[in-house]
Amino acid sequence: MNLEELVAPFERMLGEIATPEAIRAIEHGGDISELWSQVQASGYLDAMVAEDRGGAGLDFRTTGMLVQAAGRRLFPLPFAQTVIARALLAESGLDAPDGPIVLARPRRDGSALVAQWVVEGRFADHALVEVEGQLILTALRASNRRALHIHASDAIDLVWSDPPAGPRCPLPMGGLLSIAATLLGAQIAGACDQLLEMTVAYANERTQFGKPIGRQQAIQQQLAVMAEHALRARMAAQTGCAHGFPPSPAAAAIAKGVTSNAAAAMIAIAHGVHGAIGFSEEFDLQLYTRRLHEWRMAWGSEQYWDGVLGALRLASADGTTVDFVRALS
Amino acid sequence: MFDTLMHSEIPPEDEALRPRIQAFLQDALAGLPIEQRAKSWTGCDIGFSRALAREGFLGLTLPREYGGGGRGPFARFVVIEELLAAGAPVAAHWITDRQSALQILKFGSEEQRQNYLPRICRGEIFFCIGMSEPGSGSDLASVRTRADKVDGGWRLNGQKIWTTMASVSDYMIALVRTSGTSDDRQAGLSQLIVDLSAPGVEVRPITDLAGDRHFAEVFFDNVALPPEALIGAEGDGWKQVTAELAFERSGPERIYSSIILLDAWIEHLRARQRLTGDAARLVGRFTSELATLRQLSIAVTARLAAGESPVVEASLVKDLGTTFEQSVPTAIADDLGAHPDEPVSPALRRTLIFCCRVAPSFSLRGGTREILRGIIARGLGVR
Repeated sequence: MNLEELVAPFERMLGEIATPEAIRAIEHGGDISELWSQVQASGYLDAMVAEDRGGAGLDFRTTGMLVQAAGRRLFPLPFAQTVIARALLAESGLDAPDGPIVLARPRRDGSALVAQWVVEGRFADHALVEVEGQLILTALRASNRRALHIHASDAIDLVWSDPPAGPRCPLPMGGLLSIAATLLGAQIAGACDQLLEMTVAYANERTQFGKPIGRQQAIQQQLAVMAEHALRARMAAQTGCAHGFPPSPAAAAIAKGVTSNAAAAMIAIAHGVHGAIGFSEEFDLQLYTRRLHEWRMAWGSEQYWDGVLGALRLASADGTTVDFVRALS
Repeated sequence: MFDTLMHSEIPPEDEALRPRIQAFLQDALAGLPIEQRAKSWTGCDIGFSRALAREGFLGLTLPREYGGGGRGPFARFVVIEELLAAGAPVAAHWITDRQSALQILKFGSEEQRQNYLPRICRGEIFFCIGMSEPGSGSDLASVRTRADKVDGGWRLNGQKIWTTMASVSDYMIALVRTSGTSDDRQAGLSQLIVDLSAPGVEVRPITDLAGDRHFAEVFFDNVALPPEALIGAEGDGWKQVTAELAFERSGPERIYSSIILLDAWIEHLRARQRLTGDAARLVGRFTSELATLRQLSIAVTARLAAGESPVVEASLVKDLGTTFEQSVPTAIADDLGAHPDEPVSPALRRTLIFCCRVAPSFSLRGGTREILRGIIARGLGVR
């Protein structure tokens, strides 16, 4: 089965079930169970679980394409995080719970553990937590969730005053950071794709000075720049996912650094082209741009990953940048 | 959008060329200073180009029957990437190899192919491309240089300008008007092969802002050309020049113009032990950007290898690539200037200032940024 045959039906399904209305309802406290059970029934949550354990056995590259599709359709529940959690659990022979799972890498804060800025965390029943070189699958209680009170946001902080309890499994090489960052990069790239499409459509539709604004050269130049960012975001995400699982820190740096940087630039242009309507709640643009701001910050923004990759490059043995980059790709 | 551009890999048989070209370059370029290497594809050394030809690296994608390598776009990608990464002085053959030979192969007569292509592959003859004129820059369809049909061939009059490497070239493929006036725009344009040693041709090099003389003005005063100077059919010139734009716009030369400077600066940071902080973040940004651009360039190469002509995609990659290339000298100048008490070698400073001065040309040559963005916008379906 080729990539297109795998990804296209998934994306179609998401488009049907995760409508803008459904997304808004969930953002405002609606029930997620129907949306989740549809995704669960589709089997895609076990994309990376080995075939002999009942999964689809897809490689990381293909999984990245699915996550891009989820980003493009703005699937509002933790798809990528759950896919990773289920794959890691299955590898250790552990059964995964049915509900959404988020990934967390808490830091110590006094006697507590705190994972700040867990995107999609509001909807998770469980977290797979990286603690002291191990992963713990733990059920989330009300006391673990610290709301941030940001309008319509799904990001929360997770707090454990007692050590998280639950079944344990080994931490993949490099920990959760590179994995989560790389896939969030793919999610960003997908959303960027859609942001471009919406903005081009709007530029063709909106008339000012007697013609569609897309006929203004000033707007055309902005749209071209936006297309370039969308393209580099997508290629960076694909590059990050292209070399197996778990991705290296360098792969994550490319995937998350470039997409985060592209997202910031694209948000600005998208809103600029849309004008005032883009700021209204009822218009769909904000569903994308609000998320992109948060995804950019989660699991390391571009500055964070630039620092990681720069340190690797400076520490690498002699050789040109082209040699270094070739070894990554 | 632009869904066909996917992460692709260079096939192993093409990747296998890399050690050979690397070994050749290590030897051929030993001792070449970085400020010379930084000239990239504007650095000219005919002896080097001929040595490259002897190794079989010129005309790599031309059919074997014309003396070429019979290889595909990926083989070319590998060789070009290594040439640029090493800062090889490739200017003498660059345009011939990248564009002129393909024009002759694709649109020329069998006689023209037999006549020119084997000599191109041996590095015996070099071509330049006559497009820009004093009144025709981005608006190429307005060219006024004119070839009139006369007994025994064509008579050429007019002027080209900014012609890269005209003074070391043997021939020019010139886009000229063969019928109508400049009001007829694209119609009535043809491409002719002009022997630059013919009477009535005068080449006057132009000195650039860095003191180099890589481009020139070329004057034609009643130059007599034989009938077989015409490439393809009369009036097909526009179609011919636009057919190959994807080859010109997407290659590694659109991402590696500042690569010698970048590597020299990284070496400087290591020597000064500046391995963390702002400089490291900048190194990281350049590295992730370059890794992404390289994959984009490979993705376009994959489309070329599949026989497509992805002009819009190539324009996207060129604009991104040149933006990157231009950002490198600007940011490195800022970094070094922010450490006034840190010793910086004169060679690095020479290289830096050279790159700062020539960087604006990166988004002028081969289609300006503004023109490319117009092409991209049309490709997006903006009406």
